[in-house]
Amino acid sequence: MKTLNRRETLKSLLLAPLAGGIIASTGCATSTGAAARMNWTALPDSYSYGRTAVEMQTDAELMQESYFREHELLTIAVLCDIILPSDHANGGALDAGLPDFVEFIVKDRTNFKLPIRGGIAWLDVYAIEHFGADFINITEAQRLTVCDRIAYPDVTDAQLQAGISFFALMRNLTLTGYYTTAAGFKDLGYQGNTPNVWDGVPAAVLQRHGVAYEAEWLAKCVDQSRRDIPAQWDDDMKLIS
Amino acid sequence: MAQQQYDIIIVGSGAGGGMATYQLANAGLKVALVEAGAYYDPAADTQRTQLRYPWESPRRGASTRLRPFGDFNACIGGWELDGEPFTNKGDTDFRWWRARMLGGRTNHWGRISLRFGPLDFQRKDIDGLGENWPIGYDDVKPYYDKVDKLIGVFGSNEGLYNDPDGFFLPAPKPRLHELFYINGARKLNVPVIPARKSILTKRINNERGVCFYCGQCSRACSIHADFSSTTALIYPALRGGQIDLYTNSMVREVTTNAEGKATGVAFINKETRQEQHLQGRIVVLAASACSSARILLNSKSPQHENGLGNSSGHVGRYLHDSTGASRAAFLPDLMNRDMYNEDGVEGMHVYTPWWLDNKNLDFPRGYHLEIGGGMGMPAYGFGFAVNQYNEFLGERVGGYGNALRDDVRKFYGARLSIACRGESVPQYDNYCELDPTVVDEWGIPVLRFNYHWTEHEIKQARHMQDFMEELLEASGGILLGTKPGADQDYGLTKPGEIIHEVGTTRMGMDARSSVTNEYGQLHDADNVFVVDAGTFVSQADKNPTWTIMALSWRTCDYIVDQIKQQNL
Repeated sequence: MKTLNRRETLKSLLLAPLAGGIIASTGCATSTGAAARMNWTALPDSYSYGRTAVEMQTDAELMQESYFREHELLTIAVLCDIILPSDHANGGALDAGLPDFVEFIVKDRTNFKLPIRGGIAWLDVYAIEHFGADFINITEAQRLTVCDRIAYPDVTDAQLQAGISFFALMRNLTLTGYYTTAAGFKDLGYQGNTPNVWDGVPAAVLQRHGVAYEAEWLAKCVDQSRRDIPAQWDDDMKLIS
Repeated sequence: MAQQQYDIIIVGSGAGGGMATYQLANAGLKVALVEAGAYYDPAADTQRTQLRYPWESPRRGASTRLRPFGDFNACIGGWELDGEPFTNKGDTDFRWWRARMLGGRTNHWGRISLRFGPLDFQRKDIDGLGENWPIGYDDVKPYYDKVDKLIGVFGSNEGLYNDPDGFFLPAPKPRLHELFYINGARKLNVPVIPARKSILTKRINNERGVCFYCGQCSRACSIHADFSSTTALIYPALRGGQIDLYTNSMVREVTTNAEGKATGVAFINKETRQEQHLQGRIVVLAASACSSARILLNSKSPQHENGLGNSSGHVGRYLHDSTGASRAAFLPDLMNRDMYNEDGVEGMHVYTPWWLDNKNLDFPRGYHLEIGGGMGMPAYGFGFAVNQYNEFLGERVGGYGNALRDDVRKFYGARLSIACRGESVPQYDNYCELDPTVVDEWGIPVLRFNYHWTEHEIKQARHMQDFMEELLEASGGILLGTKPGADQDYGLTKPGEIIHEVGTTRMGMDARSSVTNEYGQLHDADNVFVVDAGTFVSQADKNPTWTIMALSWRTCDYIVDQIKQQNL
């Protein structure tokens, strides 16, 4: 099985049947998927964020490790794209490099390896049984039909439970991978992780939620206009500066 | 090379060791500071994790074996260390967090800085359990005062007898979910006051910065606006001069002479794997309660057959940790929040100190409540079970597509959680000892733990669970998860899990039932001192760090005085 080259800025895998795909031996003679090719933004090969030598070594080894087959990575890409599609102003899962993130996190958190591999195999068996081809080689409409059946935990059909668990895991990883990128921050509207001066909840927000600061409490709080004046106390422990 | 003779050898660079280094070096003594981990500077770009975005990590802040609290957490160490095992006897399930870095566990703690109160030093007088301290609040108060001013702590003077006032910096204003908690607590007549944390909301000197509210104390502050032993004590002490810093140096034992007095320490240089010796007049142990006990137990000699300081057999005994339990709720009032920067300081801005009288309860000791929630920075785990709260709204859980984006925003920050931290009753039968058969990679015998909670802690946890439910619901919350019952000890944390382990070298006036005197000085060897939480007779319903530093300072004053009097 071909291993994947990590040295591209835009990953591109052909959404076409692989000869002798992992499960399907028949029924994948034609690629009927809407997209002929899966493209996604590549994530970096190395990171630098205050690591010890041991951590750098561990992460380098993880980056080198090849776990997923191309078919599996393609399936992951297709699922990520369904969960958070790119037809949105802030971009979708593929724009945020989700297949690369899922690949890394599954290698890093090894208890995900089997559920993801087995889940993909389950999905292919299900797709072949109901639509005659691997999940990535059935039509887009058929793929969404499959997802409609496994995307909700209130479905009680015993035959679908393994698929429901797998889809929930893929949804978790896709969302966490997306909302921990710059695009995700923008989509959420998160405004922190930057030096600032906290001076309480904005007045309009207090009003909207029907709460208020008590004057007695505010008297104990920092006067931010005096934050740079060195602290001094009197002998009774009262701050006087 | 001629062997250097030190006045003081300090083992461990956390809260107790950092304070001892600062005080003793500034007193003009020649100090060796010996740390098992590496040098650390949170401002160095090669080590900095503060203000990093999640996408700077390939795992987006998820935990690793080396950083169990997430891979942006400053603390290098964890529950399990390569080559340094510990063991549990029988069905004991003790957890032991060890840091391996300059500053030790002060690099990741919650900065919650609570003085013990007058009652906390005399619990036996109140409930007949455990033992009283040989000292009282009045003995420690001057040192709490000095620690407040030297280190900096925000809070408020409330006039609460057992939660004493201090020299506080002003508190940060509550966040939105905290206002909901305040309202809930008021309904139940439960007190709620500003948190007390060693974070500089106001300038205290020209060396350390003022908090810029990134909410990331646990990543260590590059402008030194929170307390860590490195940035607030060790760096300033190093600038003063007479300190030799030995990092990656794993102390095996305190060496002693024919009179039974300490002569120095033997340690393993972890880079060369060679054993080295340091000679010193006085040895100060600050390796953490259990590590200091281990060093003492491993310091066997004809004069100290059971280990140094252990003629009483009490080294390792009375090991105890804080209790803990937690619960969370969904706050429907906070759905679809307006977005603004709510990072604030790390963790809570408000808390509830212990407010009841145990005379009216079926358990003897109290606990405090820590409040969580808010619009924190997304990291690994964000977005998991994205719309699970839909079940409370009669809407469908699950799905896919762009609708999930709306769910993410709908539920972001709509959560309130409480974590309780309580006092346990120290037990003679809860202890650490040397494992007779297991050594670490340096050949040093490791610790084996024996620890079981008693009905006191289990009943306390039941009370915690009941009260957390009441408070969360009174605050407008819908309870999440299920309440743990008797079969799970009411969600009581495992011993060691709160990382407040204390008591292994407890102080006392009677050398037959304690290891040190009130100054942390070994009864059996007067030139060996313990300045970590090992000397605690009882761990109050308060976090231990402020008391560790106050007692360490008190010990240092005593050491300097005894040197002047030529008793040491």
